[in-house]
Amino acid sequence: MISPSVLLLAVFGMVPVVWAFVLSFQRNDLQTPARWVGLHNYQELIHDPIFRDSIRHTIVYTVFFVPITLVLSLVVAGALNRRIRFITLYRLAVFVPVVTSTVATGVIFTWLLDPQYGIVNATLHRVGLPTSGFFSSPHDALFAIVAMTVWGWVGFGALIFLAGLQSVPRELIEAAQIDGCSKTTAFWRIQVPLLRPVSAFLVVWLTINALQLFDEVYVTTKGGPLDSTTVVVYYLYQQAFAYFHAGYAAAIAVVLFVAIAVVTVVQLRLARDPAAKAVDR
Amino acid sequence: MTTLARSRRPSPWHLVLAPLAALMLVPLVWMLITSLSTEAETRRFPPGLPATLRWGNFRQAWDQAPFGHWLLNSAVVSGTCVISNLFLCSLAGYAFARITFAGRQLAFFAMLATLMVPFQVVMIPTLLIVKHLGLVDTLPALIVPNLVTPFGIYLLRQFFLSLPVELEDAAMIDGAGRVRVLTRILLPLMGPPLTTVAVLTFLSVWNDFLWPLVVTSTPTTMTVQLGLATFQSAHFTNWPLLMAGTLMSQLPVLFLFVIGQRYFVSSIATTGLK
Repeated sequence: MISPSVLLLAVFGMVPVVWAFVLSFQRNDLQTPARWVGLHNYQELIHDPIFRDSIRHTIVYTVFFVPITLVLSLVVAGALNRRIRFITLYRLAVFVPVVTSTVATGVIFTWLLDPQYGIVNATLHRVGLPTSGFFSSPHDALFAIVAMTVWGWVGFGALIFLAGLQSVPRELIEAAQIDGCSKTTAFWRIQVPLLRPVSAFLVVWLTINALQLFDEVYVTTKGGPLDSTTVVVYYLYQQAFAYFHAGYAAAIAVVLFVAIAVVTVVQLRLARDPAAKAVDR
Repeated sequence: MTTLARSRRPSPWHLVLAPLAALMLVPLVWMLITSLSTEAETRRFPPGLPATLRWGNFRQAWDQAPFGHWLLNSAVVSGTCVISNLFLCSLAGYAFARITFAGRQLAFFAMLATLMVPFQVVMIPTLLIVKHLGLVDTLPALIVPNLVTPFGIYLLRQFFLSLPVELEDAAMIDGAGRVRVLTRILLPLMGPPLTTVAVLTFLSVWNDFLWPLVVTSTPTTMTVQLGLATFQSAHFTNWPLLMAGTLMSQLPVLFLFVIGQRYFVSSIATTGLK
């Protein structure tokens, strides 16, 4: 009954994982037979300045993307969590970016953020704020990608928070209000703390996805200008499919895998709160 | 009573929600407006609305690139993956939940472990396997690695576990076999989780970019996302044409999302996806 699944999972699940580790100890150009090079790829990685830069860009991106998305998602979910007219339409508007593909998002934002004719610069100009080169500016490109991906993910975060908020028992809020607590206080002091497990899940999920950023970079900046948006996965892709250093790319993938595993474990540890558990019981 | 009294006048929250919704829609609305403009109209400062609606841009984009072919490829690839995931994940999920067999624990943990591995790690080996199978640059190359997903098996297993065993026992005493029990009694009870598996498989395969980018190269085997990316590099600053193409590439999913919002939302809330 499970044999087809087991076969498929073995061939496309287990074998590639083991193979990826093996590949990282080889020199492989995807064409000729591979050659064993031991730890050479990893030694080279340590001294590779572009790899170091790509890690820095990925960290900067993650450090901005995750908290901004998290806070905006929470606020938006709070606003959407009420039964008023048109609420279905409001939710639809917020959730639509979730199903918009990363490629489409990239193409649309390249146009919105066009330095000369884009509406964002036109709006900034009208209200008297400084304009920007966005994707063509080495200083701003990474932050333009942050803004674009926040747009793509806020709906997702809000959706998760909304599901969490709706599972908070109504009586709890009503009891607090009888005790003289305002609605805003109830939101921040009762509902938000109860969202702790949901927030922990979101932080982990957003971080994992941020560390794997690729599509949006490929579509908008191709790592430029001046390599200012070359993130780890983009560099991995370049090494494997532009320079045909598949073994080297596999070593990058292994480092990424370990980094994601470590960050996830640390975040889950931090999210565990003994006090909150005591209250639960 | 308070809700009744409140519903008479509009809630002040409209003042927050309406601008918020508008702001979220700006990129999509501007895509629509640009797709109906002339090229000259996109080279003005400040930007404005088109004088007449140029529906011809869609015709032109459709003629300049095989959008029909790409959309068909995407539909075939994601459709096949949805059907096969529903089928294989139900079987495997049921087996993991109810049948004891040698190595079950080991197989289950091995499967869970692959859930944690990012795609970039297995991408190159998967490409080499697909190459050995002689499938590079074909539609099966896009389908085969996604025929079954560990997440789908795991989700369905959890739901099978939550169903009372007595249901099956009663049917089996009456002489029904396992397959009959599964198809006639259990699966009809599993509408929501099966919908979740279908929606998530569809979205992840339809919107996938990296794997098609790596494994396909001829325009006729590309999916619509990859096709759109090549269309972008071919018409670099022809924004009306690009926006018309982008809009066409998103239309099927947007349409499905608007009519099935409820299913999409509950499915995505089950797990993270993008």
